[in-house]
Amino acid sequence: MREEVIVRVGAKVLAPFIITFGLYVHFHGDYSPGGGFQAGVILAAAIALLALVYGLDAVQKVVTPRFVRACAALGVIIFAGVGVVTMVLGHNYLGYNALAHDPEHGQHYGILGVELGVLVTVFGVMVTVFYLFAGRRRRKQ
Amino acid sequence: MLLTLLAAAGLALLRVRNLFAVVMLAGIYSLLSAGLFTVMDAVDVAFTEAAVGAGISTVLFLGALALCGHHESKPGHTPLLPLFVVLVTGGLLVWGTMDMPGFGDPANPVHHHVADHYIEESYHEIGIPNVVTSVLASYRGYDTMGETTVVFAAAVGVMILLAGRLGRRPQPEGKGDGG
Amino acid sequence: MSLDLLVSHYNYWVVIFLMMVGFYILISRGNLVKKVVGLNVFQTSVFMLYISMGKVSGGTPPILVYGETDVLYSNPLPHVLILTAIVVGIATTSVGLALAVRIKEAYGTIEEDEINAIEARTEATE
Repeated sequence: MREEVIVRVGAKVLAPFIITFGLYVHFHGDYSPGGGFQAGVILAAAIALLALVYGLDAVQKVVTPRFVRACAALGVIIFAGVGVVTMVLGHNYLGYNALAHDPEHGQHYGILGVELGVLVTVFGVMVTVFYLFAGRRRRKQ
Repeated sequence: MLLTLLAAAGLALLRVRNLFAVVMLAGIYSLLSAGLFTVMDAVDVAFTEAAVGAGISTVLFLGALALCGHHESKPGHTPLLPLFVVLVTGGLLVWGTMDMPGFGDPANPVHHHVADHYIEESYHEIGIPNVVTSVLASYRGYDTMGETTVVFAAAVGVMILLAGRLGRRPQPEGKGDGG
Repeated sequence: MSLDLLVSHYNYWVVIFLMMVGFYILISRGNLVKKVVGLNVFQTSVFMLYISMGKVSGGTPPILVYGETDVLYSNPLPHVLILTAIVVGIATTSVGLALAVRIKEAYGTIEEDEINAIEARTEATE
């Protein structure tokens, strides 16, 4: 697919918008449909699109397999870490009221932190799995 | 209407034997179900289903098909026994729905356990308008954390299965990896 | 009476039909990738059952409207459960496909019958 001009240019134009949309979905998840899960999948879809059109090697130079693997683990650590922080501050595990003086703000920060963890994990996992399936075929040939 | 389309897509999935077509049909099926979720007010779910079912999962299936070949051979045994099992199970399930409350009735018991609390109180307690997000991340934070861990564990599983070196197992009688 | 029942239970019945289609694919087809597709169909039908239960006629999506108190919202709880279930579903699907790929590499086929035949032959020679 590397010689198709339309596909190449189309992917190049679309990818930044897909990534921006993913971030919008993530950060606007409190007010409209969306959140960490959807945003992670959308970001991973952008990576998959670029890898399909420009080849796996080119994409893996930018988003390395090491990085996405680290992401998958880091997200779980962020999620659990929010819980530990609230515990250190003297509340229940994942009791976000501890994060600010005003419970409403505390909940807000807590949800943002947790959703960030979900985003990072889902993105990391989806891209890792995609890399593994796509990379296996290349090594076979 | 959408449900009827979905039923048609399901039947087509059953009949078609070329696996590429099956994967494309599965994508269409996911997209239709996402439409259905929108109609039934589950916008978050529809969003996820469209992104996951019609996007990533199709890509993964295609990646797997590229490795496995895309032709399905005819089933060797008669379909009568599976058909019988399916019909009996389906009949029992339909019989079970006779006791279920009607679709969309606001007096249904599902709507009066904790859902009332989420809808009425979550704005004061959490302060964000999207109830789904506040239930997901705050009231049911443990669920979501366990679920994130499950997703991570799945990635570890795929890594164990696919990241190793190729052809470690001896090939049975020269069959080779024909992909 | 029966027409009422049809209208109020049509959703459930189509869901059951789809569930059975997925189940039938799962148990009657020998191809492992097709089995994973069947599993997905089954799974999606369960999602639809949950979402149908959460729907309230005349309700709106559960995103609160500022300053309005008498809005009828659909039940958000099934939505949350299914949201996480979808993502776990794709994770399990990917593990299933990875297993299929490894089986293909080990046996050269992903048809159940052929795998059984190969297993029987290797057992006989041992």
